[in-house]
Amino acid sequence: MLAGAGAAALYAGAAGAALEWNFQTPATRTAAEVNDLHLLMMAIIFVIFVGVFGVMFYSIYAHRKSVGHKAEQFHENTTVEVIWTVIPFLILIAMAWPATRALLNIRDTAHPDITIKATGYQWKWGYDYLQGDGQGISFYSSLSTPRAQIEGAEPKGPNYLLEVDNPVVVPVGKKVRVLTTANDVIHAWYVPSLAVKQDAIPGFVRETAFRAEKEGTFRGQCAELCGKDHGFMPIVVEVVSEEKYAAWVAEQKKKMAAAADDPNKQWSLPELVARGEKVFAANCVACHQANGKGVPGAFPALAGSAFVNGPHDALLKLLLEGRKGTAMASFKQLTDTELAAVADYIRNSWGNANPEPVLPAQVKAAR
Amino acid sequence: MSAVLDQHGHEHAHDHHPSGLMRWVTTTNHKDIGTMYLWFSFAMFIVGGVMALVIRAELFQPGLQVVNPEFFNAMTTYHGLIMVFGAIMPAFVGFANWQIPMMIGAPDMAFPRMNNWSFWLLPPAATLLIASFFMPGGGAGVGWTMYAPLTVQQGPAMDLMIFAVHILGMSSIMGSINIITTLLNMRAPGMTLMKMPLFCWTWLITAYLLIAVMPVLAGAVTMTLTDRHFGTTFFNAAGGGDPVLYQHIFWFFGHPEVYIIAIPAFGVISQVIPAFSRKPLFGYTSMVYATASIAILSFIVWAHHMYTVGMPTVGQLYFMYATMLIAIPTGVKVFNWLATMWKGSITFETPMLFALGFLFLFTMGGFSGLVLSLTAVDVQLHDTYYVVAHFHYVMVAGALFAAFAGVYYWFPKWTGKMYDEKLGKLHFWLSLIFFNVTFFVQHFLGLAGMPRRIPDYALQFTEFNMISSIGAFGFGLSQVFFFYVIVKAIRSGEKAPEHPWEGADTLEWTHLPTPAPYHSFETPPVVK
Amino acid sequence: MAHAIKAGEQPWYYLPQPSRWPVVGSLALFLLGFGAGLWFNGFAPGPWLVLAGFLVLLYMLFGWFGQVIGESEGGLYSKRVDISFRWAMSWFIFSEVMFFAAFFGALFYARVIAVPDLGGIENRLLWPDFKAAWPTAGPDFKGTFETIPAWGIPALNTLLLLTSGATVTWAHWGLKENRRGQLVVGLILTILLGAIFLFFQGYEYTHAYSELNLKLSTGIYGSTFFMLTGFHGLHVTLGAIMLTVILVRSIKGHFTPDRHFAFEAVSWYWHFVDVVWLLLFVLVYWI
Ligand code: HEA
Ligand code: HEA
Ligand code: HEC
Ligand code: CUA
Ligand SMILES: [Cu+2]
Repeated sequence: MLAGAGAAALYAGAAGAALEWNFQTPATRTAAEVNDLHLLMMAIIFVIFVGVFGVMFYSIYAHRKSVGHKAEQFHENTTVEVIWTVIPFLILIAMAWPATRALLNIRDTAHPDITIKATGYQWKWGYDYLQGDGQGISFYSSLSTPRAQIEGAEPKGPNYLLEVDNPVVVPVGKKVRVLTTANDVIHAWYVPSLAVKQDAIPGFVRETAFRAEKEGTFRGQCAELCGKDHGFMPIVVEVVSEEKYAAWVAEQKKKMAAAADDPNKQWSLPELVARGEKVFAANCVACHQANGKGVPGAFPALAGSAFVNGPHDALLKLLLEGRKGTAMASFKQLTDTELAAVADYIRNSWGNANPEPVLPAQVKAAR
Repeated sequence: MSAVLDQHGHEHAHDHHPSGLMRWVTTTNHKDIGTMYLWFSFAMFIVGGVMALVIRAELFQPGLQVVNPEFFNAMTTYHGLIMVFGAIMPAFVGFANWQIPMMIGAPDMAFPRMNNWSFWLLPPAATLLIASFFMPGGGAGVGWTMYAPLTVQQGPAMDLMIFAVHILGMSSIMGSINIITTLLNMRAPGMTLMKMPLFCWTWLITAYLLIAVMPVLAGAVTMTLTDRHFGTTFFNAAGGGDPVLYQHIFWFFGHPEVYIIAIPAFGVISQVIPAFSRKPLFGYTSMVYATASIAILSFIVWAHHMYTVGMPTVGQLYFMYATMLIAIPTGVKVFNWLATMWKGSITFETPMLFALGFLFLFTMGGFSGLVLSLTAVDVQLHDTYYVVAHFHYVMVAGALFAAFAGVYYWFPKWTGKMYDEKLGKLHFWLSLIFFNVTFFVQHFLGLAGMPRRIPDYALQFTEFNMISSIGAFGFGLSQVFFFYVIVKAIRSGEKAPEHPWEGADTLEWTHLPTPAPYHSFETPPVVK
Repeated sequence: MAHAIKAGEQPWYYLPQPSRWPVVGSLALFLLGFGAGLWFNGFAPGPWLVLAGFLVLLYMLFGWFGQVIGESEGGLYSKRVDISFRWAMSWFIFSEVMFFAAFFGALFYARVIAVPDLGGIENRLLWPDFKAAWPTAGPDFKGTFETIPAWGIPALNTLLLLTSGATVTWAHWGLKENRRGQLVVGLILTILLGAIFLFFQGYEYTHAYSELNLKLSTGIYGSTFFMLTGFHGLHVTLGAIMLTVILVRSIKGHFTPDRHFAFEAVSWYWHFVDVVWLLLFVLVYWI
C-alpha cells in the first residue's frame, strides 16, 4: 500500500525500474474504472493512516515514561467514542458509492457483439465462438512454453508461462461476452488488463464481458486452484482490428474444414495411431506422461495396463464417461475419430500391441 | 464457600499424581494443559513454517527447481491448515487455559478432564494430517479451503485430512464449551461479567463463534466424504448439486474462523497495552460491544470470498456493504487502544513492542481487507498474492505478533523466570523487519496479477518474489532465535520479581505469587 | 498446599484427579479416523482398525461415564458443578443444531438456488433438456425415482416421536414427585417409541432402496434426503442408548427428586432430536 511506500522505495533501488507496482495498464473502460477506484481507496486510506498513526507515534514519543510523563487515569469519553464510530461510517458510505457504480459496470453483460464460451479443462482452455462473427470457431488453447524452459534447461523466453498455442482473438471496440464453464474442477478465467475474472464451474455456465479499447495482446492465467498444472494454463487474448479479425475468422474456418475428419474415410491402424499420438499429446500427456508411465500413485501407467489392452467397450466407456471421483474426466467432447485414434495409440505404444484397431464407428456406437 | 474438593476426599490426594510422561498425558490441571497447548502450537508453527519455506524456496526464481507442482500444492495446503488449526488456534487456547482461571479467580477450568481431552485430540489429528502425506498419491493439493470438486478427485490423503478436520473440530467444540462454562460459572464472588479482563471477554465471544461454526465445517467435509465414496452429489452439477454450495458452507465457517484467530489476539493486546501505558483500558464497555459486533457481523459477510463465483449482482452488493461495516467496530478497537496509550506513561518492553507492531501492521492488513471488500476491486485481486499479503498481515503480524506479546508478557508469571529483555527486543525488531520484507512486496505481486497457489510464475514477478523469499528465510531464522530466547530464559533466566510489570492489574498479578502456584485460587478471592 | 476437604462438606468446586480416559478416547478416534481412511480406499487393515477403534471407544465410554456416575452418586458434585453441566449440555446441543444446519442449508441451497440455476437459460448450453423442478436427481440422472409421501409412515413417525417427548416428560414428573414406578415406565415407553420409530425408518429405507429407486446416490434429492434423515436416525439411536443407560440407573435407584441432571440432559437431547424431526418432516417430506 501507498502508506508503506517509504519502505518500498528501498526495494526499488535493488530491483530496477521495470517493476510492476500497481494494476496492469487497463485496456478496457471498466479496468480503468477499477484502477481509479483503487487509487481513490489508496488516497482515503493514506489519510486515515496518517491520522491514526500520527496519533500513535506522537503518543509513543510524547507520553513515554522515560521522559517523565505521568499517566492520567481517564478511561471513558462518550463524545469521542461516538465521533470515531460515526466518522468511519461516513467514510465508508463515501467509498460505497463509486464501488457500487464500478461493480454495476463490471457486471453489465447485456447486448454483446460476440459471445465466446471458455471451458476449463485440466489443464488447458477450450474456446467456442457461439455468437457474432466467427460463430462456429472452436479450438483448444494450451501452454506453449517448452518444458525445457520450465525445467531450466533452456533460457526462458519473454512471455514465459504466458504464451499459448492458440490465442483467443477478438476485434477491438466490440463487446465480448465470455461464458465460462468447466469440464472437471473449478478454474477461473482471469485477464488482469481487461478486468475480468470469472470462475469456471463444472456443470454451470457463468458469464462476464469486456470491451477492449485498444489493440494488443493481453495475458492472464487460470486463477482457481485446479490441481497439478494450475500454474500452467494461461490465457492469451489478442485484440485486433476489425479487418484482421475478419481475416482470422476466415482462416480459422478454412483450418477447421481442413482438419475435420471425413466421416466416411476408411482408416488403417497406422494412420489411426499417428493421429492418436497428436490427440494424446494434446489431451492426455499432462497426466499419463509421454512415456505412458503415468505418475505413480496419482495417474496410472497406460503402458502395460491390463485395462488398456483389454476389451474395447470398457476402454471406450471410460473415455466417454470418465471415472467418477477421480481426475479421469470424460473426453466425450472429442470427435469419434479422435477418440478411436487415441485408443489405438495407447493400445499400440510403449510396448502395448493390439493389431485389432478401434474404429471411429465403434466410438459412434458406444456414445 | 470453601476450598476445592479432591476426589473421594482423600487427605493426601496429591500423592498419587503420576509423574514423568504420564503426568502430562493424564493431567487435569489447566496450567499443564495450557503449557502443552503452547508447546504443541510452537511445534506446529515450525512444521508449517518449514512448509512455507519450501514454498518460498520454490518461488525464489521462475522455473521449477525445488519441488514438483503436486508437492508444491500439497505444501500450500498443509501450510495453511497447519498454521491455522495447528499453530495459531492452539496457541490462543493455550493462553485461555493458563489465564482464564487465574484472571477470574477460579480454581481451574470447569471440566478439567474434558480439557485434557481437548488437548489430547490434537496430536492424533496432527498425526492423521501428517500421515496423509505419505499415502499413495501423496498429500492432498487442494488448498486449505478444500474446494470441491478438486477434493473429490484426490487420493486417499483427502480422507485422512477430512477425519483430521473432524477431530480438530471436536477438540475446538469441547474446548469452547469448557471456556464458556468456566467464564459463566466459575467467576470469583464479585467478578461480574463487566469486570472481567477483556481477554476473558474476547475468549467468551470466540468460544461462541467456534461452537457455531466448527460443526458447519464438519458438515462440509462430511459432504465431501460422501461425495467421494458414497455416491452423493452435493457438489456435482450432474446430480443437481453445485460446487459453489461447498464454498458457501465452507465460508460460513471460514469467515468467522478468521475472527476466531483475530479476536483472542485482540484480547491479549487489550491486556498488554494498558499494562505498559500504566493507564486503564480506554472504553472497556465499547470494547466489549465492538468485539461482539465483529463476531455477529462475521456471520453475514462470508461470500466476500466468493465474489467471482458468479452470484447475482445484488448478492455481491449486499456482501460488499456488510463486509465494509466490519471496519467500524474494528476501528473502534484500534481507536480505543490508541486512546489507552494517550497520556499514559509508556514503556517499551518486548510485550509492548509486539503490541505496537500488532497495532500498526494489523491495521494495515485491515486496510487491505477493506480494499478487497470492494467487489469490483476484488474481481481483480481475488486469488492473487494481494490476498496472501492481506491475510498474512492480519494473521502473522496480527495474531502471531499478539501471541508473541502474550508469551513475553506472561512468561514471568508462568515460569518465575525473566527473559532477556535485550534478546526479546532483538526478536521483535528482526521479526518486524523481515515480516515486512516478506509480505509487503506481495501486495505488488497481487496488483500486477500474480495468482496464488502457483509453483512457477512469469518473469515480471521475479524481483519481488526474490525479495519475499529472502524475507521469509530471515523471518524463519528470527523465530529460531525466539526459540533460543525462550529456552534460555527457562533454563537460566533470572528470577522474575513479584511484580515485573508496574501497570499490570489483573488478578493473576495482584492476587497470586510469581510464579503462579500449581493450584491457584482454591479459595476464591473476593473481587470488589 | 492444597487442603483437600472431605466429601460432605460444602465444596466450592469438584476438581477431578488426573485421568487416563481422555487419552484413551483420543486413541479411539485416531484408530477410527485412520481405519476409515484406509477402509474407504480399499486397504486391508482398514476395517480392523475401525473395529479396534470402536472397541477402545466403548471401553473409554464405559470407563469415563462409569467414573462420572460414581462421582455423582458419591455426592462430589455441588450445585455449582451442576450448573456447569447445564451450560455445557446446552451448548453441546447448540453445536449439534449447527451441524444439522449445514445439511438443512445444503437442502435449501439446492432447492432455491442450484436446481433453478441448472434449469436456467445459460445452462441450456450444458443441459439442454433439464427442467428445474423438485424433487430432482439432477440433469444427468438416468431413470426415475419416487419419493416418500409425507402422510404415510413419516406422519406416523412424527406422532411417535411427539408422543415419546411426552412420555419422557411424564417420566420426569415421576422422578420429581419421587414416583419411581412412573419414572421407569415412562422411560421404557420412551425407549420403545424411539425403537419403533427406528424400525419404521429402517423399513422406509428398505422400501426406498428396493422399490422407489431412491438411494443415497439418487442425485441431490437422494443425497439430502438420506444424509438428513440418516444423521437424524443416528441421533435417535444415540438418544435411545442414552435413555437406556438412564433407565438402568433409575432402576438401580440413582437420582433424587431434586438432583438428577443426567436424566435432564438426556431428555433435553431427546427433545432436540424431536425438534429436528419436525423440521425434517416439514422441509424434507412435506413441502
Ligand atoms: C485474522 C484474520 C483476518 C482478519 C482480521 C481479516 C479482516 C478483514 N478481511 Fe480478510 N482474510 C483473511 C483473514 C482475515 N481477514 C484470510 C485468511 C483470507 C483469505 C482466505 C483464503 O482465501 O485462503 C481473507 C480474505 C479476505 C477477503 C477475500 C479476498 C479474496 O479471496 O478475494 C476479503 C474481501 O472482502 C477480506 C476482507 C477483510 C475485511 C474487510 C476485514 C476487516 O475485518 C478489517 C477491518 C479493519 C480495518 C479496516 C482497520 C482498522 C480500522 C480503522 C483504523 C478505522 C477506520 C477505517 C476506515 C473507515 C477505512 N478478507
Ligand atoms: C496464521 C497462519 C499463518 C502463518 C503464521 C503463516 C506464516 C507464513 N506464511 Fe502462510 N499461509 C497461511 C497462513 C499462515 N501463514 C494460509 C491460511 C495460507 C493459504 C493456504 C492456501 O492457499 O490454501 C498461506 C499461504 C502462504 C503462501 C502462498 C502459497 C501459495 O499461494 O502457493 C505463502 C507464500 O509466500 C506463505 C508464506 C508464509 C511465510 C513465509 C510464513 C512465515 O511467517 C513462517 C515463519 C516460520 C518459520 C519459517 C518456522 C520457524 C523456523 C525454523 C523451523 C527454522 C528453519 C528456518 C530457516 C532455515 C531459515 N503462506
Ligand atoms: C487430469 C488428469 C488426466 C487426464 C488429462 C487423462 N487422464 Fe486418464 N486417468 C487419470 C486418472 C487419475 C486415472 C485413474 C482413475 C482411477 O483411479 O480409476 C486415469 C485412468 C485412465 C485409464 C485406465 C487405466 C487403468 O489401468 O485403469 C485410461 C485407459 C486412461 N486414463 C486413458 C486416458 C486417455 C486416453 C486420456 C486422454 C484422452 C486421459 N486418460 C486423460 C487422469 C487423467
Ligand atoms: Cu485451471 Cu487453475
Ligand atoms: Cu472473510
